[in-house]
Amino acid sequence: MSLAVRVIPCLDVAAGRVVKGVNFENLRDAGDPVELAALYAAQGADELTFLDVTATVDDRATVYEMVQKTAEQVFIPLTVGGGVRSADDVAKLLASGADKVGVNSAAIARPPLLNEIADRFGAQVLVLSLDVKRTAVPGRTPSGFVVTTHGGRRETELDALDWAREAIERGAGELLVNSIDADGTKDGFDLELVGLMRELSTVPVIASGGAGKVEHFGQAIAAGADAVLAASVFHLREMTVGDVKDELRREGVDVR
Amino acid sequence: MSTKGRPGVVVLDYGSGNIHSAAKALERAGADVTVTGDRQKAMDADGLLVPGVGAFSAVMDQLTAVRGGEVIDRRLAGGRPVLGICVGMQVMFADGIERGVDTEGLGEWPGVVEPLKAEVVPHMGWNTVDAPEESVLFDGIRDERFYFVHSYAAQDWHIDPDPKRRPAQVTWADHGGRFIAAVENGPLSATQFHPEKSGDAGIRLLQNWIASLRR
Repeated sequence: MSLAVRVIPCLDVAAGRVVKGVNFENLRDAGDPVELAALYAAQGADELTFLDVTATVDDRATVYEMVQKTAEQVFIPLTVGGGVRSADDVAKLLASGADKVGVNSAAIARPPLLNEIADRFGAQVLVLSLDVKRTAVPGRTPSGFVVTTHGGRRETELDALDWAREAIERGAGELLVNSIDADGTKDGFDLELVGLMRELSTVPVIASGGAGKVEHFGQAIAAGADAVLAASVFHLREMTVGDVKDELRREGVDVR
Repeated sequence: MSTKGRPGVVVLDYGSGNIHSAAKALERAGADVTVTGDRQKAMDADGLLVPGVGAFSAVMDQLTAVRGGEVIDRRLAGGRPVLGICVGMQVMFADGIERGVDTEGLGEWPGVVEPLKAEVVPHMGWNTVDAPEESVLFDGIRDERFYFVHSYAAQDWHIDPDPKRRPAQVTWADHGGRFIAAVENGPLSATQFHPEKSGDAGIRLLQNWIASLRR
């Protein structure tokens, strides 16, 4: 027996409500993050990730309240990403009951932010979230994988593997590797990308993007992922977290 | 003391740790919970929970600033239960070595908190534990996993058993080598994992601790 592979549902939230693609008829309020979090916890989710896609600063305050309410009722780890710009933002999220915080574009804009967060709160709270794709511009990056922003629409100049290495060096305690190429295809995770990240990373790697069938999760784990994250397949009830774990167990993977 | 007939637990608020979750989990587990940094209240409670997140040295600084070590010492001298969680457990040992810096701990137990030797660190996620049969904390929760998130741990236990006392119960886990996942030693208990983040198994462990408070 050893450390179990984690299965992590991800919820997009805006102004404290779950947005996008949730289809649970038996919920009183499918937009209520607390109710959904409890449902996923009951299915055996090992962690939950909230991605705050709130557009305005005014609405940002609602995320703290949402995290607090969830943490009061759901006793599994919570990660919150989206819109984190400073170590003070992290302090507020942790004080609200978040266990980990995902940082993405703010760290691309100003990499020392990673050091500031890790030095103040420890590497274990800091998840570097990367939206990665194969670059459309030949020779742009050595590995061919580039870091993107704006939901994958804009390519940066950053090689995804170099950025992951730098982020770990600066104190990231985990990598959330989201493949823009695979995202939404339901054809499975980008196994090459997962493998490359596992090879370079001394911290846990979460594979994200592309899950469509229960078999896909075991493939990501075989490629080296320490955890697997998915959103729509769970929200649309194409499978439960329990289904994924049953399949992993059948494949001989340690799960909780 | 509790006024509601439930054991009263103080979650020590000294600026470290996810005290919100710890407080709510203790309530769920049946305690009457107060979150405070007040020394007298921390002394008087049936149980004291010491959380802790972040660097060993930062947690020691924060604890020292509220004279938390003194409260813990006095409680233990009087046989009053204390439960440390995560870095709140680590600081119970004599020393912590992080990033090559050696920081003195509270020294309730001998031993050093050192970096884990695994290839992937932090040790993050749900792991199994090997608890002794006599363990009170793990009573009835033998085959469950608990949530860990840490890069350092105590990896040796060397207190000679005192024949006049119940021997310390030491629970082990493995991540690139054996480390201490929990200790029950007289009034002082501690877990390296987060019971407040370990779902139903964690709540049951807290229930076991709460049930032991008034024995």
